[in-house]
Amino acid sequence: MIEAKDLITERKPTWCPGCGNFGILTALRAGIALAGLDPKDTVIVSGIGCSGKIPHYVKTYGFEGIHGRILPVVTGIKLANNRLTVIGSGGDGDGYGIGMGHFMHAMRRNLDITYIVHDNQIYGLTKGQYSPTSDQGFKTKSSPLGSIEPPVNPITLAIIGGATFVSRGFVGRLEHLKSVIAHAIEHKGFSLVDILQPCVTFNYKNTYQWYSQRVYMLEEDGYKPNDKMKALEKGEEWGDKIPLGVFYEVQKPTYEDNLPQIKDVPLVFQKIEDVDIRKAMEEFV
Amino acid sequence: MIINKLTWMIGGVAGAGIIAAGTAFAKACSRGGLWVFVENEYPSLIKGGHNTSMVRVEEEEIFSHIRSVDLLVALNKETILLHQDELSPNGGILYDGEEIKIEKEEIKRKDISLISIPAAKLLEESGLGKLMLNSLMVGASLGIVDYDFEILIDVLKDSFQKKGDKVIEENVKVAKLGFDYAKNYKDKFAHTLRRRDEKERMLITGNDAICLGALKAGCKFIAAYPMTPASSILHYMASKEREYNLVVKHTEDEISAINMIIGASYAGVRAMGATSGGGFSLMVEGLGLAAMSETPMVMVEAQRPGPSTGLPTRTAQGDLKFVLSASQGDFLRIVIAPGDIEECFYETFNAFNLAEKFQVPVLIISDKFLSESPKTVYKFDEKDLKIDRGKFLSEEELERIEDYKRYLDTEDGVSSRAIPSQKNGIHLATSYEHSQDGSSLEDENTVRSMVDKRFKKEKYIQKEIKNYFKFFGPQEADLTLVSWGSTKGPILEAMKLLEREKKNVNFLQIIYLSPFPSTEVKNILEKAKKTMVVENNKTAQLAQMTKEKTGKDIDYKCLKYDGRPFYPSEIYDKVMEVLR
Repeated sequence: MIEAKDLITERKPTWCPGCGNFGILTALRAGIALAGLDPKDTVIVSGIGCSGKIPHYVKTYGFEGIHGRILPVVTGIKLANNRLTVIGSGGDGDGYGIGMGHFMHAMRRNLDITYIVHDNQIYGLTKGQYSPTSDQGFKTKSSPLGSIEPPVNPITLAIIGGATFVSRGFVGRLEHLKSVIAHAIEHKGFSLVDILQPCVTFNYKNTYQWYSQRVYMLEEDGYKPNDKMKALEKGEEWGDKIPLGVFYEVQKPTYEDNLPQIKDVPLVFQKIEDVDIRKAMEEFV
Repeated sequence: MIINKLTWMIGGVAGAGIIAAGTAFAKACSRGGLWVFVENEYPSLIKGGHNTSMVRVEEEEIFSHIRSVDLLVALNKETILLHQDELSPNGGILYDGEEIKIEKEEIKRKDISLISIPAAKLLEESGLGKLMLNSLMVGASLGIVDYDFEILIDVLKDSFQKKGDKVIEENVKVAKLGFDYAKNYKDKFAHTLRRRDEKERMLITGNDAICLGALKAGCKFIAAYPMTPASSILHYMASKEREYNLVVKHTEDEISAINMIIGASYAGVRAMGATSGGGFSLMVEGLGLAAMSETPMVMVEAQRPGPSTGLPTRTAQGDLKFVLSASQGDFLRIVIAPGDIEECFYETFNAFNLAEKFQVPVLIISDKFLSESPKTVYKFDEKDLKIDRGKFLSEEELERIEDYKRYLDTEDGVSSRAIPSQKNGIHLATSYEHSQDGSSLEDENTVRSMVDKRFKKEKYIQKEIKNYFKFFGPQEADLTLVSWGSTKGPILEAMKLLEREKKNVNFLQIIYLSPFPSTEVKNILEKAKKTMVVENNKTAQLAQMTKEKTGKDIDYKCLKYDGRPFYPSEIYDKVMEVLR
């Protein structure tokens, strides 16, 4: 059985000291180990942004694509080889900004994939602009007078959008985060893990302390994630109290379940030599 | 009497089954051993508006439509008014004179015959309703030319197979009504079609030929967003999902499509997409991703007139320079421009081999005229088509490699490829500039060496390509035509006409636009007495390209940019003018 330490690569992370991504990296490796994945059958797909570096540091297959397009790449990989575990891992700008269209469609498709969002409510790698999840009024380089629009709520969007596993973690609660990621990977269907993560360089508002004072565990409240309406209610909670854990979980057939052509043999292992097209040609006669 | 030489056209409002009628007529002729070329024109709307389907039929192979129409089937008055000028001397108009009231002065042509048949009345008497007017007129058309009705029965059976026996029966009945009625008028019309003995041939469009090429090449994954004139690739492949074990994904947008294709290909599956210029615009960033991550990919760009929405259902060749240079940065791409149905098939097959062998994006550039015009062709020869997956590592080969590097610098610049699920092949593929193991690195030497590594492939790609260009006509000529893509058909037809006039013209068709066959093209241009490009665009993009690559100017330009394909006569006229 693989252990988290076996997933460490020789590459040295380039994140700022104190960056929340270190915690996500630790939790991701641990989650993969906890879920009992085989690194050769695991692919981590990232986009662009500080979060995009993460596949460099996990010893599984990795694909670092372009900004906002994680989920299409994840979908392509999964449809090509449905035996793989495919994990998308990207930022809030990547997933909820430029990639929002893909996010909504990937959720309703319900492929068996896991999507981890490093949600630090800011653009880090472009040096501090407000993001889709920034609180209203947040002052940044691109919103010097405070952002005008209210933030995206990824939790309620995901519940409504058709995700079958919707959760939130916080890098300041590492053990909890590890188990949420493992749980998300094990869930059969589209899993979202929105991870609250401070950006110590550009986000002076949403700090470790700010989050720590507000977060609480849903399960400690006796919350059960099986009721969509209650999940939406909990998902609306943000401010003085911020819930962590699984908001919603439901079992539904996956997209792949409806593709008999890959039920027995994934596309990638199907023979492609000597495809017989005589019948297809006959139809044009 | 004119035997086996006919240009037939049907026109009416969109939604009246014009294209279906054209296809049925064409198929009936093609199955009877004749050679057929079909050209459909339709505006970008679903109901109303003017549609035409033109079917040219000959005894010998033909390569395009022509301007003159021998038999015009008018389902409405507009068709008569719009197209009477296109009728050949002694041509005929077949219409329902009881429904379409036309005044004598509205018919400007005195050399044509008006053949009226009471189609609406016949339909009413049959009790089958007006909907099948198109089938009745197809039957009537075949009656006038004294063709074998049995062939049409088979065609109707096949085309309405999915709709059930009742629909087939009704259509056959209606077509027979038209056929029998119109047969009485066969002496009023000079053209006759007779079935011939020929081996089995297909009536197929460029897009469908591209699909067959992709199927044969083992393409397993297609992701696309509908866009005319590329959509029929999505439709055909989707219809074959179960039979050929494919996954065909209609995506939320073209950005998603290209990224899914890249994901599937990274995971080891041969993958393709199809779009037109607008969709390709959205894909451009993904194209660069395929190049930087060295992920093989095949994309079809079926052009239509632009910029922007342009003319969605018409044809153009205005995207050549765009396709050749899309995306930021310097990188290799292979751009193939098939010029006919056979090239659509074989070059699509080749595209997949080239993409995997060299781990570069391959773009197939077509246009509405080639993508959507059915033509009679012999069945494709699959015998010599061999799949070559390039440096794809097996588990055993990976076992023997101590420290696998996905982007290993090699003699030919192509690195061995491993895919997820392979034990020793764990690696990172990336959009960043990277070192041989996929790590992001920014030092000057690594950057330069990795850019050079990717460009090393060029020489080997050039060696690999077999069908860079084709050359038609005599070695020495008074004029050398230069072109690419679908203009090939009208050019070959124009050359037939020019030969009759004893004009000495040859033709260079460039199939691979990238890498460009500079040396060969330069040689040909240097030897040529006079040169002329023929292009469906405003700015003679191929002429610009040949200037850039060979330093040679093209002397004359025959350009058309009204959204319509060339008629052979337009090229003929221009050549005659140049050679005067």
